[in-house]
Amino acid sequence: MKQTTNIKVEHLSVRYGKHLAIKDVTFEINKGDFVGVIGENGSGKTTLIKAILGAIDVYKGHVTIEDNTKVGYLPQNIMRAEKIFPATAMEVALMGLLEDKKFPKIITKKDKKKVIELFEQLGISSLLTKRVGELSGGQQQRVMLARALISNPDVLILDEPTSALDSVIEQTFLDTLKRLNEENHTTIVLITHDLATVGEYINKVIYMNQIVEFVGPFDDFCKTMSHSPYIHMHSKNACGHSAIEQERRP
Amino acid sequence: MEELFTAFSYTFMIRAFVVGIAVALSASMIGSFLVLKKYSMIGHGLSHVAFATVALALTLGSAPTLFTLPVVALAAILVLKINEKASVHGDSMIGLIATMGIALGTVLASLNGGFNVDLYSYLFGSILTITRIDVWLSISVSILIVGLVALFYQDLFVLVYDEEYAKISGIKTNRLNVLLAVLTAVTITIGIRVIGTMLISSLIIFPMVTAMQLRLSFKKTIVLSALVSIFNVVFGLSISYLYNLPSGSTIVLFSGLVFLVVYLVVRLLSLGGVQIEER
Repeated sequence: MKQTTNIKVEHLSVRYGKHLAIKDVTFEINKGDFVGVIGENGSGKTTLIKAILGAIDVYKGHVTIEDNTKVGYLPQNIMRAEKIFPATAMEVALMGLLEDKKFPKIITKKDKKKVIELFEQLGISSLLTKRVGELSGGQQQRVMLARALISNPDVLILDEPTSALDSVIEQTFLDTLKRLNEENHTTIVLITHDLATVGEYINKVIYMNQIVEFVGPFDDFCKTMSHSPYIHMHSKNACGHSAIEQERRP
Repeated sequence: MEELFTAFSYTFMIRAFVVGIAVALSASMIGSFLVLKKYSMIGHGLSHVAFATVALALTLGSAPTLFTLPVVALAAILVLKINEKASVHGDSMIGLIATMGIALGTVLASLNGGFNVDLYSYLFGSILTITRIDVWLSISVSILIVGLVALFYQDLFVLVYDEEYAKISGIKTNRLNVLLAVLTAVTITIGIRVIGTMLISSLIIFPMVTAMQLRLSFKKTIVLSALVSIFNVVFGLSISYLYNLPSGSTIVLFSGLVFLVVYLVVRLLSLGGVQIEER
C-alpha cells in the first residue's frame, strides 16, 4: 500500500552568511511516522526544522508540505517565558489557533472551550488561568504542547522537548506523543540528543551531520551505523535496547 | 478642589487635559508592546531625535509637529533595521541616536541664539502652548492607535511573546515591527507638547511596568496600563496646575510615585500570603 507523504524535503541547503548549515538534504516523512532527528550539536537539526517550518530562508532546494497538512510546532528553550510576562496559559495556548484565522483575528468562546477541553485531556486544567512565566519547566512544556496541538495538527514537530524535564515527566510526555501517534495517526518529528530514551517510540531515524548520513527505520540505523562514533557516544544503549527487543520478538 | 474646577474655565487647561488623556492612551497602548519586547528605550532615543528636529523646525520657522513626525518615524525604522541586521546592538544604536539628537539640537539652538522659551517648552512640555490643531491631531492619533492595536492585537501579542513562533504562524513580523516603530514615533511627536521631549518616554514605560506588578492576564494588563496612564496624566496635570509646577515633570514624578506605591503594596500583600490571581 502506498504511504501518504506529509513532508518532502528535496536537495535542501541552508546557509548563515558564508557558513553552510545543511547541505543537499533529501528525505520524506510519511503520515503516521514517528521520526527521531538526531545528530551532534551544530549538525543542522534545528536549522532543518526551521527551514521546514518556513522560519528561515532556504538557500537551495525545496520543502513541500502536502496540501491541507497542518503543522504544529513545539520550540526549543520553552523557558523563554519570563516570570513577569503577563500571559496566562489559556492565552498562550490560544496562539495555536491564530494561523487559521482571517484578519482581524478574533478569539471566540468556542476557541476558549476548545482550549479548556484540550487542557482537560492533557491533565493540566489547573494551569488554565496561571501565568506561564510562573509555571515549572514541565508545566510550561505541556502548555506549549497544548498550543501545538490545539489546531489538531497532522504533523507535530518538537525540538528537544524533553531536555528540561525530569525523567518521570519525560516518560509521561513521550507516552502522550505515542498516544497521539497511535490513536490520532499524528505524524511526530522529534529532534533529540537522547536516542536511548526515545528509541522505543520512534520508527524512523534521520541522522544529521550537515548532510543526511542516514534515513530509514530505527533498527536499520543501529545495524548500518554501528561503526559510527555517534552510536558509541549517544546511542549505544538505544541500539542495545533495540537488539534486545528484537531478540524478544517471536 | 474649587480651584481645580475653575481650571476648566480656561481653554488652555481643557486642551491640556484632552491632549494629555489622548497621549496617555496612545503611549500606554504602544508602550505595553515596547516594554514586553524590551524595546522601551527606543522611546527615549527617539524623543531625543525629536528634540533635534524641533530645534531645526524652530530655526527654519516651520511647524515643529509636522516637521518632527516624518524624521522621528524614519529614525525609528532605521533603529529597527540596523538592529535586525545585528550590525549594531539595539541598545547601542538607541544610545547613538539619542546622543546625536541632543548634540544636534544643542548646536542648532546655539546657532539660533540659545535655548529660547519656545524650545524650552518642547523640552519639558508646556500646556500653555497647546493649539487647537494639537488637540485634533492628538485625538485622531489616539483613535488610530487604539484602532490599530485592537485590529492587530492577537498578532502583536504573539510578536512580543515569541517572535520566532509568530513568523512560523505566518505573521508578517517585519511589517508589524515597522508599524510598531512608526506608531511609537507618532506617539512621541504628539506627546512632546504636554510632557516634553526629555520626559515623553516615561509615559511609554511607567503605565505598563506599574500594571505588570498586579500579575494579571495579557489583555487585562493592557487595559489596566491604559487606565493607569490616564490616571497619572490627569492627576499630574491637576497637581501641576494647583501648585504651579511644570506639567511634564509633575506627571513623571506622580507616575513614579504611583509605580512605587503599587510595587510596595503588591510586595507587602504577597509577604502577607495574599495571592493576586486571574479568575
